[in-house]
Amino acid sequence: MSKAIIKIEDLKREFTMGTETVHALRGISFDIKEGEFVTIMGSSGSGKSTMLNILGCLDQPTSGTYEIDGVRVKDLSRNELATIRNEKIGFIFQSYNLLARTSAVENVELPLLYNSKVSTEERRKRAIEALEKVGLGERLHHTPAQLSGGQQQRVAIARSLVNNPVMILADEATGNLDTRTSYEIMSLFQELNKQGITITFVTHEPDIATFSSRTIVLKDGAVMKDYKNENIQSAANELAKLPKQDD
Amino acid sequence: MRLLNLFKIATKAIILNKTRTLLTMLGIIIGVASVIAMLAIGEGSKESIRTTISAMGSNMITIKAGADTRGGVRQEASVMESLTLSDYKAIKAQSNLLSYSTPVVEGKGQVINGSNNWPSSIYGVNPEYLSIKVVDLQSGSMFTDAEVQTAAKVALIGQTVVDNIFPDGQEPVGQMIRFNNIPFKVIGVLEEKGENTFGQDQDDVVIAPYTTVQKRILAIDHLNQIMASAISEEEAPNAVIELSSILREQHKLADSEDDDFHVRSMEELISTFSSTSEMLTILLVAVASISLLIGGIGIMNIMYVSVKERTKEIGLRMAVGGKGSDILMQFLIEAILISITGGVLGVLLGLGATVFIEKFLNWPTSVAMYSIVISFAVCAVTGIFFGWYPARKASALDPITALRYE
Ligand SMILES: Nc1ncnc2c1ncn2[C@@H]1O[C@H](COP(=O)(O)OP(=O)(O)OP(=O)(O)O)[C@@H](O)[C@H]1O
Ligand SMILES: [Mg+2]
Repeated sequence: MSKAIIKIEDLKREFTMGTETVHALRGISFDIKEGEFVTIMGSSGSGKSTMLNILGCLDQPTSGTYEIDGVRVKDLSRNELATIRNEKIGFIFQSYNLLARTSAVENVELPLLYNSKVSTEERRKRAIEALEKVGLGERLHHTPAQLSGGQQQRVAIARSLVNNPVMILADEATGNLDTRTSYEIMSLFQELNKQGITITFVTHEPDIATFSSRTIVLKDGAVMKDYKNENIQSAANELAKLPKQDD
Repeated sequence: MRLLNLFKIATKAIILNKTRTLLTMLGIIIGVASVIAMLAIGEGSKESIRTTISAMGSNMITIKAGADTRGGVRQEASVMESLTLSDYKAIKAQSNLLSYSTPVVEGKGQVINGSNNWPSSIYGVNPEYLSIKVVDLQSGSMFTDAEVQTAAKVALIGQTVVDNIFPDGQEPVGQMIRFNNIPFKVIGVLEEKGENTFGQDQDDVVIAPYTTVQKRILAIDHLNQIMASAISEEEAPNAVIELSSILREQHKLADSEDDDFHVRSMEELISTFSSTSEMLTILLVAVASISLLIGGIGIMNIMYVSVKERTKEIGLRMAVGGKGSDILMQFLIEAILISITGGVLGVLLGLGATVFIEKFLNWPTSVAMYSIVISFAVCAVTGIFFGWYPARKASALDPITALRYE
């Protein structure tokens, strides 16, 4: 049995807004093992993004513990967390968060700018490769304003891949894509997963969940269901089954 | 390597936000330039007052008959006849603190050359007069002591007199003119001095030996003034004291009696002027401080707002692995580049404006080094601090909080 890369226990996150307290997460516990492909589902407002932000070391839980690769996140300094985000995690935001007026390739290069081990040439090479993987090899020098919503989302995906992360956390990474493109992305993720990268994928779409090995369903900030997927579909196969495009 | 990357990021961000960069720089440019130009005007007028005074002869001492009329009307000096040639001789013999001295008699009258005439003043003096008043000659030469002895009818004239009685551009030296019908031979023309600080035309004069003026024009024995020059500006006040005691003795005044003359040095004039220019300096420093303050607040605002508005960008940079120190360094480099560039451009603009004011408005200016240093330092430090401070606050947030900033 492989080791747990993510281990959370009784994780709570509260937001205080004036006198009101919003309980976004009400005590969540689970492990994600190395090499797993987990989809997180749940209705809007159930706490998926809140949880993913904590898993991505972008936010701190109000209480509970989070261990990443056996280390308690609470014990890590801000700089150590930055290094983990930079070298181990690929995070795809629900709202893309691209730098405005900055070309696709420069957006993708961004994480590598903060890694002094990567040279300028290698940085550019890896950014172009990542963009080619998501089908944007022709759009290297377009700025976000010159790209469609789906293309922007794919730039965000490329950015999460560029640092060769050990785990990818995706918040509705295919939310803005048509079926064909989202299957293409899913097949890319499945391929990365086969190479050993752990993937945690938030989605609303049940058919996306069939490509993963496990599904966790959240409801009102708590885990409602957590089940193994016995019949994992291959995104590549599904893609082949789709009717050919007209053009 | 890391610093080089951050430098690249910073320059990219500056180029990316041209408008914001320009606006921020504009605040710094105007702040620096206005302070430099304003202080240049102030320093320039101070300096011009200073040169005017020293051109008038800052060591000059005048002795007039009659008590000091400042602070109350006494008898008019010209009416008094208490100043005599023997007073002058006593001063000349006893004083140790004077380098030059001359008796002065003065009168008004008409200068005539053929059909041209002009109302002017005549000053009867000895040859030392030129050194006391710090005047040179344009042409010709000064009369000699021998000519004073013999009461020669020779005169030197100022440019205004030349312009009015020699309108055809004739060479005045060697010509005969008449002053109140007494013929004089012109032996020299005084260097042009223009108006003095009080607006008097210093070129509207005729200079002749005092003996000549006394005998031929005024028919008097007494003197109107004695003019002297102290050996140095510092010794002028002591010379005033010394002269007073010599004259009191000459006039045989008892301790209970007031002076029947008064001695005045340029020192007093200088002190009046320097207190005026002190005021001017204080005013200028106040104005400059206020404009620096306003400029500083402007820079602070625009820097603060422009960095604050990039909180989201800071959040993203941290989310992809930028450390707090990376973010801070990036914003610090940006702020330094903008502030220094703005400061340098501001200095150039300030110097340009100063040249413009000097050339086209004809105001005297003098750029003070301290105005460049202070304005540059204040604006640059403000710019750098307020570029760094909001970035520091933003980089202390959790990435997600910064990312959510609207
Ligand atoms: N910064 C915040 N301040 C206050 N409340 C918050 C904040 N972030 C999230 N919440 C609340 O926490 C709850 C969970 O939000 P979250 O974004 O995790 O939902 P989600 O499951 O990702 O929803 P969706 O599918 O719409 O993206 C919501 O009720 C939301 O209002
Ligand atoms: Mg969400």
